Amino acid sequence: MRIGVVTFPGSNSDVDALNALAVAGVEPVSLWHESPDLHGVAGVILPGGFAYGDYLRAGVIARFSPVMRGVTDFAAKGGLVLGICNGFQVLAESRLVPGALLRNRSLRFASKIIAIKPQRLDSAFTNKATGAPLHMPIAHGEGCYYADEATLDALEAKGQILFRYVRADGAPALDPDDPANPNGSLRAIAGVCNEAGNVAGLMPHPERMSESILGSDDGMQLIRSFVESAAAWETAR
Amino acid sequence: MSEEMRPAAAVQPEPLHRQLGVTDGELDAIRGKLGRDPNHTELAVFSVMWSEHCSYKSSKPLLKTLPSRGHNMLAGPGDNAGVVRIGDGLAVAFKIESHNHPSAVEPYQGAATGVGGILRDIFTMGARPIAVLDALRFGDPSDPRTRHLVDGIVRGVGGYGNCVGVPTVGGELVFDPSYQGNPLVNVMAIGLLEERMLILAEAPGPGNYVVLFGSTTGRDGIGGASVLASATFQDQDPSKRPAVQVGDPFAEKLLIEASLELIDRRLVLGIQDLGAGGISCATSESADKAGTGILLDLDAIPRREPGMAPWEVMISESQERMLATCLPENFPDVREVCERWGIPIALVGRVTTDGDVAIIEGGIGSDGKPNPAAKEIARIPAKALTSEAIVHYRLATPPARRRQAPAPGIPLTAHDGLPERGMDPAAVLAALLGSANLSSRRWVYEQYDACVQSNTVEWPGHGAAVLRVKGTKKGLVATTDGNQTVSALDPYLGAQLSVAEATRNVSITGARPLGLTNCLNYGNPERPEAFWQLQEAVRGIGDACRTLGIPVTGGNVSLYNEYPGGSIAPTPEIGIVGLLDDISLLVRPPFSAEGDNVILVGESAPGLAGSAYAALAGLASEDSAPSLDLDREAALQSFIREAIGRGLVASAQDVSGGGLAVAIAECAMWGGLGAHLRLGISGSPAIELFGESPSRLVLSCRPRHAAAIELLARQFGLPAVILGTVGGDRLRIELTGQGATGAAEERGSRVADALDVALADLRHAWDHGLARALGVEPSAAESNPEPHAPARGGAPAPGGAPKTGAAGATGASSSGATPKAG
Repeated sequence: MRIGVVTFPGSNSDVDALNALAVAGVEPVSLWHESPDLHGVAGVILPGGFAYGDYLRAGVIARFSPVMRGVTDFAAKGGLVLGICNGFQVLAESRLVPGALLRNRSLRFASKIIAIKPQRLDSAFTNKATGAPLHMPIAHGEGCYYADEATLDALEAKGQILFRYVRADGAPALDPDDPANPNGSLRAIAGVCNEAGNVAGLMPHPERMSESILGSDDGMQLIRSFVESAAAWETAR
Repeated sequence: MSEEMRPAAAVQPEPLHRQLGVTDGELDAIRGKLGRDPNHTELAVFSVMWSEHCSYKSSKPLLKTLPSRGHNMLAGPGDNAGVVRIGDGLAVAFKIESHNHPSAVEPYQGAATGVGGILRDIFTMGARPIAVLDALRFGDPSDPRTRHLVDGIVRGVGGYGNCVGVPTVGGELVFDPSYQGNPLVNVMAIGLLEERMLILAEAPGPGNYVVLFGSTTGRDGIGGASVLASATFQDQDPSKRPAVQVGDPFAEKLLIEASLELIDRRLVLGIQDLGAGGISCATSESADKAGTGILLDLDAIPRREPGMAPWEVMISESQERMLATCLPENFPDVREVCERWGIPIALVGRVTTDGDVAIIEGGIGSDGKPNPAAKEIARIPAKALTSEAIVHYRLATPPARRRQAPAPGIPLTAHDGLPERGMDPAAVLAALLGSANLSSRRWVYEQYDACVQSNTVEWPGHGAAVLRVKGTKKGLVATTDGNQTVSALDPYLGAQLSVAEATRNVSITGARPLGLTNCLNYGNPERPEAFWQLQEAVRGIGDACRTLGIPVTGGNVSLYNEYPGGSIAPTPEIGIVGLLDDISLLVRPPFSAEGDNVILVGESAPGLAGSAYAALAGLASEDSAPSLDLDREAALQSFIREAIGRGLVASAQDVSGGGLAVAIAECAMWGGLGAHLRLGISGSPAIELFGESPSRLVLSCRPRHAAAIELLARQFGLPAVILGTVGGDRLRIELTGQGATGAAEERGSRVADALDVALADLRHAWDHGLARALGVEPSAAESNPEPHAPARGGAPAPGGAPKTGAAGATGASSSGATPKAG
């Protein structure tokens, strides 16, 4: 089974995604931004980094790249797409997932280990997770999740909130000023999916916590969920 | 004015050369090299190439004395970066460099381009940059200008490194009044390469193509090397801002990928980045190294603005540019690679046989010769600009007012300060941990991506950085250290101490130092006292490296770090990269298990000068600094590597800033485990607790290993004392012996008989100190005590990587379960 990782000019966490997929025993395929051809992969990861320098606004230029035409078509057919960090920003700019990522409330880049908790364990992106808080790094300047109240209510109602930042006691860090909410995200949202449940984005980096030597392999719960769901989708087609 | 310029056109007698920073004597030397007067363009090229920054004209005679041979060294001083073999067909490239003056003028861009420049030095060798460490030094943290500089420089380092995708894994942040008018920004970069990728900055093969790729050339950074880096700083003069380059990390990221692909596919024969001195430097160095010349067509150089004069094109320091040499038949492939990465590329010249850098306008024909209508703008022998550039033998004179104090290590009386004044040593410890220089640097490093590329094993904050080498069992350990306080008193000793501390920080992880890179930040070399400081520092580094058996693989010299009102403290910044053959044997500073024994190895020497305690207590720095015995230092480092290699050690931390008490407190705070210890005081409690004598470390071990460690220490001729046991949530150090409290009490002191404090209180002081000093919001992560919650045990499980979230051995609480601060 093959999973694609898109490389935009300025992507820099593509190597992390490729590494995590290799750890998961999957054949990773590098997808170049200039072609809409996804080479028949079973799932696509949009990685972290600064696509096209993130000039103008994070993710806004990448949205218009040829590969995103292929990704959009793939998603419309039900293919699994996971956007991590800058990839989440690209998905949001592409309107493939709801909401927007604003500058961190601190107005500073934030790099640290945080805790998130999957909000449901029956999604394609979380079905191998234990449900316990997962520790993984964030590394972003624009990760403050924002949507209007009606949208947020709808996301809650439809189960589209996949991950929330949580405190040491496991409770969601709903207050944007809570230190456990590292960027001031509304309702402590760290990751969401589209209504169909096949496109998801999150700001933390599960692919960088893929091996215990890096501090933890918590991230592999999410990578494995994604990979096995993609395999199941490919088999079902 | 460029219209009139011909090689034959002599410079008018007006002192243009002086405006460009060229002395009358140097102008005579230029005439000697050329056999005629230089024209404007040539003079401009000489002015940058003979600047201190490019030519090392003052420091070269000193640097030649450093030991620069190591049997695993593949490249060293004179190359863009040192390269050392690490086995498995792999090698590491590393170097440290300064960007002090640009950062003082424009902190964000100055720091950002400092990162960009050192990264280019790394990938120019064929190595992929895998880590950055930044060593920053500032004046008074409460001063608004300092705060402005700290904010801008930290944002600049992060802004560049985060975007380009190289993790910032370590470094330093030091405040000292001497940096008030002249901050220091020293950046070290580390790269990893397969040995077959190694490539040099040369332009071989007459007739080959010379190509320029990367960003276009503009007027930014004109005279950066000569105007900014090689002259004493008057003030933060906004008129110098155009001399600061502007960085584009996105362009650099593309440049890294394109360059490494070109090297990997062997499409280029030599490659050099355009840094200080711009295209003048890249062409002359590449030609000189290969024993060739370069014919350069100015018209072919892509510009970002019209109307640039030839001299501006030649010395522009526009960032993110590379010069490479390729076979003519490979040029289409070279162009394809660059275009695929969206990088402008131009064929700008040919390699020639005449040894000259010849600059023309009007194009080069298919025969490799200038077009008939082309005109020659300048012609300079490449050697005259590089290997045979001018050298100055400067006068070195020790300061007349050099302290009358005794030699290092001579015991003094009445300098043991605070405890005699009746203060609780725990309060002193908390004050030290909360001081601007010793408190947590989290506010800084949380602005840097520390884990991109999935190699970071040890995040910033707890000593040396640790990276794994993918596909092997190996690990790399890196640190920067520089001791400016002792250097100000004794530049020879200060430099030795800097080397000792940096190598010790690597050795206490179990790693073997591979090589040393240095960034020498000193004052105006034309001032004999400042030059003496530099000379003494180089002597100190050389002596230390010879005794410790470590080659100097390269570095950078930054002189003229002066400003109206003073000079910086001499600052020998030392960068070390070490190799762990088996990363599963890595040892870290945090205590890892209840019941472990705590052992002090090494003994204290008298002298508090230059210590954090002396600064806190307001002690005059006129007494002695602790002495350093390099042989003992070498023995200590060999001992700890041996002990770790035998699996005897659970944690290890060196004794440095703040002394033994701070070292133990760090092990305790970081491990989330207290300790109950007894410390014999033979002389002064202040010296034993807070003195910074070198060649000491604190380790912890399972009790069953304590005897073996004591024996091993004896075999290395080192004293080792079991201080007590790890455990609880307090740090308690009982002071015993004749020099301790009893005696103090008899003298009427109210000093406590023990240092006894809750770990949470120490943690609170340490966590909040920097934010308080800088007047910034404390980091949002204060409630999350560890940089990364899942901790590794101090003693890893044998034969494999440590498991997440559980300490290696007994059911000890892991550092992930550290109690909350405050």
